[in-house]
Amino acid sequence: MNPEKPKIAFYWCASCGGCEEAVVDIAEAILDIVASAEIVFWPVALDFKRKDVEAMPDCSIRATFLNGAIRTSEQEEMAHLLRRKSQFLVAFGSCSHLGGIPGLANLFQRDSILRAVYLQAATVDNPKGVIPGPHSGDGNGSLGLPEFSDRVRALDQVVLVDYYVPGCPPQRKIVVNAVSTLLDEHLPAKRSVLAPEEALCTECPRKDSKPEKIALKSFRRPQDVVIDENQCLLAQGLLCLGPATRAGCEAACIHGNMPCSGCCGAPGRVRDQAAKALSAIASLIDSEDEQEIDRILNSIPDPVGTLCRYNLPSSMLQGR
Amino acid sequence: MPKEKINPGNGQVAVAAYEPRIVGFFCTWCTYLAADLAGISRIKYAPNVRVVRVMCSGRVDPQFVLAAFAQGADGVLIGGCHPGDCHYQQGNYNCLRRARLLKRMLAQLGIEEERFRVEWISAAEGDRVRAVIDDMVQKLRALGPLKLNSEPALKVVGAEQEVREAVTV
Repeated sequence: MNPEKPKIAFYWCASCGGCEEAVVDIAEAILDIVASAEIVFWPVALDFKRKDVEAMPDCSIRATFLNGAIRTSEQEEMAHLLRRKSQFLVAFGSCSHLGGIPGLANLFQRDSILRAVYLQAATVDNPKGVIPGPHSGDGNGSLGLPEFSDRVRALDQVVLVDYYVPGCPPQRKIVVNAVSTLLDEHLPAKRSVLAPEEALCTECPRKDSKPEKIALKSFRRPQDVVIDENQCLLAQGLLCLGPATRAGCEAACIHGNMPCSGCCGAPGRVRDQAAKALSAIASLIDSEDEQEIDRILNSIPDPVGTLCRYNLPSSMLQGR
Repeated sequence: MPKEKINPGNGQVAVAAYEPRIVGFFCTWCTYLAADLAGISRIKYAPNVRVVRVMCSGRVDPQFVLAAFAQGADGVLIGGCHPGDCHYQQGNYNCLRRARLLKRMLAQLGIEEERFRVEWISAAEGDRVRAVIDDMVQKLRALGPLKLNSEPALKVVGAEQEVREAVTV
């Protein structure tokens, strides 16, 4: 190993593993990364332990890419540890950047989640009604687990974050670009999102098919319709969050003939993605009558799950 | 204004002296003039609304409403022109469509529906300003302060941040 090479690390918290896949998915480009940087910590792929990180000098890692939201005490400790050891801490992927899908748990209280998972779920066999916690045990030795905190938090609600890599998971081009950007001399402004500022519609292959005015009498869901492969999805009545979502993914979902669900977060200069998406969607409703507007809105069964799918913990109200 | 009321999320709300805070976004062509009329007519109404004058109810970005709640408002009132009377023809309809969807979102987020209200009040309806505000204040008083379950902003120790910025830039 060449000690001259900058060191980088990858870590995961409350996430599905898709972000790790995204790193692997950059395929042969990983060789370029390995050629220019040394990977010092990557639990999913390399056998390094927490004590190895603790032994590193402070700020000795050039950049740590941390994916996943923060839900447990262990994740919080690791976030603080990696913050201390890294020059740049990068929130990688929607969960770390915005709270992500695990962040929808902020619609529920901690205790009701634990009850539902360990006591009420139909598939659970738990006659003693044990809810695992930091101090569990039945006499034959005790078992300690990290504390399950009250709320899901985005990484920047726990530690100072230098850069954000958006996406669920971040697309190949964004990942390659982010890694090379951070190994470069010329760094972007602190706390910036390493993706374009504008909305997804600007890079949508169907943008020319978007009519001047869209007027809808009802919204439709992807499973209920045969989706035209060439027409603007909003014009087809599908809830595409493209107008309120950051570009950079090269409209991956649209290429798969599915509406944008908003994983890259708000475009630049927008504080709350859901509020902007709400405005964009409400403007499509073709009615001036309150009752009829309400009937049309009945075709959106879960507004928070749709508009805040990836951003609830970092949205203005942060949950329930 | 007692400080604890500014941040109702911190669990230190002074319940005894509770006065609801309402942020009002009033259209400059109608509801704002109606509030003006109420004033020059010496109509008495509850002093709980902080009015923000906007060009049109259609100018009220849903982010404004969320920001008001996030920063300590117990209620948000949008006042616009009656349907068909918008100075810009369509603005109040845009406001209405957004508001109906926003109401659903707020309900899912645990914010009672009385806390967010849209009213059409023309420039001639000074007395209606009184009626709406008094009614809203009464309902919010019954509900009590809005308690949001939100994280305090991340506090980064100043010195630590300075050191880090010095090392990394």
